[in-house]
Amino acid sequence: MSRKLSRRTFMAGTAAAGAAATTFNFPAPAIAQGAPFKIGLLTVKTGPLAQGGIQMEQGLSVFLKEKNNTLGGRKIELIVADTGGNPAGAKTKAQEVIERDKVNVILGPLAAFELLAITDYVRDNKTPLLSIAAAEDVTQRKANPFVIRPSATSAQCCHVMGDYASKDLKYKRAATISEDFAFGYEQMSGFQRVFEDNGGKVVKKLWPPLVTPDYTPYIAQIKDVDCVFNGFAGSNPVKFMRAYADLGLKAKIPLLSGWTAMDDALLRSVGDEAIGVLSAAWYSADGPTASNKRFVAAMAKEFNVLPGGYSAGMYVAGQCVEAAIQKLGGKSDDRVALAEALHAVSLADTPRGPVKFDKLGNVIGDVFIRKVEKKDGKLVNTIVKRYPSVSQFWTYQEAAFLAQPVYGRDAPPAKNLEQ
Amino acid sequence: MSWMNAPRWATGVAIALLITLPFWVGNPYYINVASQILLFAVFALALNVLVGYGGLVSLGHAGLFAMAGYAGALMLDAGHGHLAADLTAIAVTVLASAVFGVLALRSTGIGFLMITLALGQIVWGIAYRWQSLTNGDNGVNVTTRPAPFGISLASADNFYFATLLVFLVALITMALFVRSPFGASLRGTRDQARRMNALGYNVWLIRLVAFLFSGFWTGVAGLLFIYYNQFISPQVAALQTSAEALLMVISGGTATLLGPIAGAAIVVIMKNVVSAYVERWNLVLGVIFVAIITFMPEGLVPGSVRLWKLAWRAMRGRPAKAAEPSA
Repeated sequence: MSRKLSRRTFMAGTAAAGAAATTFNFPAPAIAQGAPFKIGLLTVKTGPLAQGGIQMEQGLSVFLKEKNNTLGGRKIELIVADTGGNPAGAKTKAQEVIERDKVNVILGPLAAFELLAITDYVRDNKTPLLSIAAAEDVTQRKANPFVIRPSATSAQCCHVMGDYASKDLKYKRAATISEDFAFGYEQMSGFQRVFEDNGGKVVKKLWPPLVTPDYTPYIAQIKDVDCVFNGFAGSNPVKFMRAYADLGLKAKIPLLSGWTAMDDALLRSVGDEAIGVLSAAWYSADGPTASNKRFVAAMAKEFNVLPGGYSAGMYVAGQCVEAAIQKLGGKSDDRVALAEALHAVSLADTPRGPVKFDKLGNVIGDVFIRKVEKKDGKLVNTIVKRYPSVSQFWTYQEAAFLAQPVYGRDAPPAKNLEQ
Repeated sequence: MSWMNAPRWATGVAIALLITLPFWVGNPYYINVASQILLFAVFALALNVLVGYGGLVSLGHAGLFAMAGYAGALMLDAGHGHLAADLTAIAVTVLASAVFGVLALRSTGIGFLMITLALGQIVWGIAYRWQSLTNGDNGVNVTTRPAPFGISLASADNFYFATLLVFLVALITMALFVRSPFGASLRGTRDQARRMNALGYNVWLIRLVAFLFSGFWTGVAGLLFIYYNQFISPQVAALQTSAEALLMVISGGTATLLGPIAGAAIVVIMKNVVSAYVERWNLVLGVIFVAIITFMPEGLVPGSVRLWKLAWRAMRGRPAKAAEPSA
């Protein structure tokens, strides 16, 4: 949103606050009156997921700093809680921020299994939550009115890659490889579905365990395909890509990836073996919007990093909260109204491009196809194609989509496997 | 036992404090923390039967804990009532304990530790990989808490009271178990297994029964856990859960009744409360454990008692001056 708009609503907010404090007969000072608006951030600061969790906190802190810690005229109080990256920890920390700190809204958590552990709880306690976790069913078969997702479902970008690989790249035969857990299944199934509906064939699906010391035995099974689609997350993509290049496959079979496997924040951890990798992502540091330019510059200045999806996701979540507060004016403490206002948010300028939500609370937004290139000695993800306003259902009918079982290891079944 | 030797009024005060806790704590968050301490105390007490009194260190109890949780959660998910789900969960867990026991009791010491570790990892593997049954790492939700005798346990207060009741029953059962002739024979198998054998005791059977008893209360704790969290995923069965429970027992003091409770309190408070203020709470927890092992190798509760007696004796030893002990 433009500066002007936010200032105008800011004035409206202070005017409302001034009116509420009727005993004071002069305009309220520039600082908002009354109790602060509390945001609880559920993130991960310890354990194997800490890298993404720290990026989330950085993204949100850059946003709040840019807004001078005031959203829609209300002072923000941020409470950061470390879930430790496990479901029981997420539950306890959700209780902490809701019951003890009485937050207005929760941002986070990071991992799908953390989110799944607390969705019922936030619904029962009527506290809106904006998560970055990708578990499909949270905004599909188990959607609830208090959970909003401004990032993407697991398959949202992978549908796009399935389309791009089959239509633009004209690939016919693909192999997929991803970690052996729900996020991997959901990503690979999304790719497979669109790729095969467009006439392609997924002939090999490989599932190395979450912790795999050496990918060689898996990569060795890949042959006779036009492309390999991978959905690794965390630090696994770094290990995988190195092995893929070392075994000489990089020159022969192009590598495609989901957003976590080639996130911008990963670029400083990979070498030239990443050049040429194509990825589908809902955020790109290369994105053209004005807010993205501000965001990337601020992240470079504050933390000396190139931001990826985890940071951008929290920045966008912050923008959604701001828009909802502005819309509600003096009623932003009403959590039910806040949840409704969050669903109705429609933003033209966020780091990821335009953002709006479907009625299940999942974002409808742009997805980018990017290619890793080397510019001035640095690796960057350059946008090669933009798919505007991609829904979590891709081009499928919502009812028909939801009538199918959620994406899994064998759902939908792969009919073209060979060997 | 330290708990038995403690003055009766101290026990009374402690129980009165626990019963009235929701009234003076007020904030549901802290009541929930107290519920978690009590449910992990039940888990640690159960593990202590083997570790403390049987001298059998198990690293697979998270498997039993999670098995009860999964059995209960899946029964509820399939539409069965709470009573049926709970009874099934306990039955499944005791049965699994029997299997675990028969397999693991082929050896003691490191061998026992490794076999239980392997068995626990098998449960974790099943929870993680048997997608169609357990929903993999997306876990199983438990939509409702039970309402025994028409009292819903949905609120923090009611759940706390229910957990407290279970905890007190567990504690009394443990006390009776430890003081019974069977408890004495279990300690006998720990200290002098060959002599017990020579005296005509069936050492293997005594250990197996202890394993079943431990498994039963682990199952109860597992059920409390899913009712508290209303969610279970494979992480519950992971080695870390077993190791944490073992740390609770060892840091609090093995072969005591109060030790595991103190250990559970330390771990839960560090994980949930201190972590809100200290980013490197893992480090603090580690330092506390190192301090306990260094200064009170027998554990926090017996160690404190020893240090207290030392101080008491030192004061009494001094002439005249120690007329007013600070007790």
